[in-house]
Amino acid sequence: MSVNLTKITRRQSLQIGAATTVAVLLTVKETTTLAQAEALPLAPATTPFMEPLPVIVPKAEAIGGLFPAPIQNANVAGGECGRLPHQRWNDFLPQKFYTLKVRETMHSYHPELPTQKAWGYDGLLPGPTFVARYGVPIVVRISNELPANSIGFGSPEISTHLHNLHNGSEGDGFADDYYSPTKFGATLTGPGAFKDHLYANVYAGYDDPRYRATKGDPREALGTLWYHDHRVDFTSSNVYRGLSGFYLLFDEIDSGNELDTNPKALRLPSGVGKYDIPLNFQDKQFDASGYLYFDPLDAKGMLGDKFCVNGKIQPFFKVERRKYRFRMLDGSTARFFEFYLTDSKGVNQSFTYIANDGNLLPEPLTTSKVYLGVAERGDIVIDFAKYPIGTKLYIVNRLIQIDSRGPEGESANKRGPDGLLLAPGTQILRFDVDSEPAMPDMSQVPAKLRALPPINLTEVVKTRTFKFNKTSGVWAVNGLLYDVNVATATPKRGTAEIWIFQGSGNWHHPIHVHFEEGRILSRNGYPPPVHEMGRKDVYVLAPGDEVKVFIRFRDFSGKYMMHCHNQTHEDHAMMIRYDIID
Amino acid sequence: MNSQNSTAGTDLPSARRNWLQRMGSAALAPALASSTLANAASGPEAAKGGPRVNYFPNPVLTTQDGKKLRFYDDVVRGRTVVFNMMYSVCTGICPSNTVNLMEVQEALGDRLGKDVFMYSLTLQPEFDSPEALKDYVKRYSIKPGWTFLTGQPKDIEAIRRKLGFYNTDATIDADLTSHTGMVRIGNEGLDRWLMMPALSSPRQIARAILQL
Repeated sequence: MSVNLTKITRRQSLQIGAATTVAVLLTVKETTTLAQAEALPLAPATTPFMEPLPVIVPKAEAIGGLFPAPIQNANVAGGECGRLPHQRWNDFLPQKFYTLKVRETMHSYHPELPTQKAWGYDGLLPGPTFVARYGVPIVVRISNELPANSIGFGSPEISTHLHNLHNGSEGDGFADDYYSPTKFGATLTGPGAFKDHLYANVYAGYDDPRYRATKGDPREALGTLWYHDHRVDFTSSNVYRGLSGFYLLFDEIDSGNELDTNPKALRLPSGVGKYDIPLNFQDKQFDASGYLYFDPLDAKGMLGDKFCVNGKIQPFFKVERRKYRFRMLDGSTARFFEFYLTDSKGVNQSFTYIANDGNLLPEPLTTSKVYLGVAERGDIVIDFAKYPIGTKLYIVNRLIQIDSRGPEGESANKRGPDGLLLAPGTQILRFDVDSEPAMPDMSQVPAKLRALPPINLTEVVKTRTFKFNKTSGVWAVNGLLYDVNVATATPKRGTAEIWIFQGSGNWHHPIHVHFEEGRILSRNGYPPPVHEMGRKDVYVLAPGDEVKVFIRFRDFSGKYMMHCHNQTHEDHAMMIRYDIID
Repeated sequence: MNSQNSTAGTDLPSARRNWLQRMGSAALAPALASSTLANAASGPEAAKGGPRVNYFPNPVLTTQDGKKLRFYDDVVRGRTVVFNMMYSVCTGICPSNTVNLMEVQEALGDRLGKDVFMYSLTLQPEFDSPEALKDYVKRYSIKPGWTFLTGQPKDIEAIRRKLGFYNTDATIDADLTSHTGMVRIGNEGLDRWLMMPALSSPRQIARAILQL
């Protein structure tokens, strides 16, 4: 169709337009191949299992404390960004002090790819692992040392979210609390070189008189948390560039000491970086030259065809013949995983599943798979004593996903007539059973882990429904767009609510609620699968799913977020601000 | 450096001036950085092209005033740019988008046209002649500094996709209204790009642009 542009009057254009109000793009037929032409680049091949798994040792305290010393109000004169004062400073006076410096760094994802620029907390990918303890509040001074004129995907302002600490909103890492020495988000009052985060490390229920003796309800303990950048509009690219790490919390039950003589202690495999290993799984795409690829002009979100664990493509990990705790995190932009433990013939091996979303289940489960949506966590214990030295085992992803909409559904474990798996999956991490333990393995997985707090529906004061959908190419929640200055929901501090999440269309949405863990009351009208029966902070919605969640809002107030953790959706406003009010 | 007055301007309604002031003195630092960059890009260095020189097509487009512009060389290179997709007879979301973006335009103040540039691309280049776009500008009393572009359908189509206004589902992609909801904001010199709903609050869109 050819039309002489210059000879059309407005009247004509209105007439023609009226005839095409169904608004079909006339040129579409000629150009449908363009979509295919925009395929991802073909990255160089990488040989699997060439490098050891990076095991991140615990972050050390700042020598001599912090200077200037942290204070309740923003230390603007001292270079801090304009944040709100720390809530309950006197209740949670910090006892330990840490720095965390966000820097450009050089990183190697694989020896066959070039060493390249990346962003890392303390220059590390992933960032250092924080080992924290209930009852010991800490301050982490997070400095932004990223180059302001950095070219390429990402934006060098930061807001560090600690997913999913029960904490004051000013230290939560709200999306618009981003800062650099020259820029700042809408919810701060000024730029700064750093921001102090007070992490109270307190159980939810702190203000409830019933839990005064334990300073909160120990059944609300969190275990495997992760921190990552949350800068509004740039979360996906900043995280993809390297900004994520682990934060682990212990208490007298999950004490981090497998030799603990306290009868309450579970004595799970312990020793962060030794027998207690966080694993951050991320898919990555590389260009033809082997450099990390991310297209910030691509609105649909992307997957990668290479799989990193703790920043390395397909590493191996030498283990002793004993039990290990692995804390698995889906730290990807949009990829879901279904992990299996297999032997070298692809035969599934069973293991023990102890925590979902970082929270210990009441009882361990024996299983052979871990399903993770974006930002979900699963803690498992593998006992390598079952295998002779020399055995090689693999963490295999069998979930098929061809675009960022979500996984393709039940594909795992389907077998052809020959009995072989139709989709054997991708081996992502190899365990080499390498040696006898230096000392006898005293760790255990007891039959009871952590009891669940009761769900008391009489506490519920309000039910809210959130529908996740897309109109005019715009992601929305209940048809509303994210407005940094408007709280879509305002739950009252000290109350409980029911939040109903509804999916639609053909996308998966892993919904994350900041601040307090919830409990799934029903998934599509039925009780959730057993691993989802504990406390959660990510609720995966498959297309058309409805998930009903019981959630409390205790001890702190202020602004928080609820959003889709498909980070491209989050960057395109599938997010709400909610405020806990007094 | 006191940027508050210069950022806010003097003729803005007081509410808007207040929030611009709240954005604080840091707002001008990126302004200076990117205008330096824009100047550099229009100097002799410009021939080299910026980070997206090989990504974007460079066809000749026509403005509502009949001016010819090359898409990469004249529209995108080295600049902070704001794009939305529209068509002049769109009766759905477009009028609200336009009204909303007019508020964004006002909030950008004197940055607009200096180092920040607003563009609307028609989704119906077959029908939206420069005159039709000019009529559209008049109908809404859109002030100077915001440019409407038309061109050869195949060129607009290629640009649309490169800017990320597309859906992988061909049926949805064929629906023009599926492309009208978002604005693409970018700083080509820094290769920094984001997308947000065109109906987001004007202050939020303006802030995203000015902090880029």
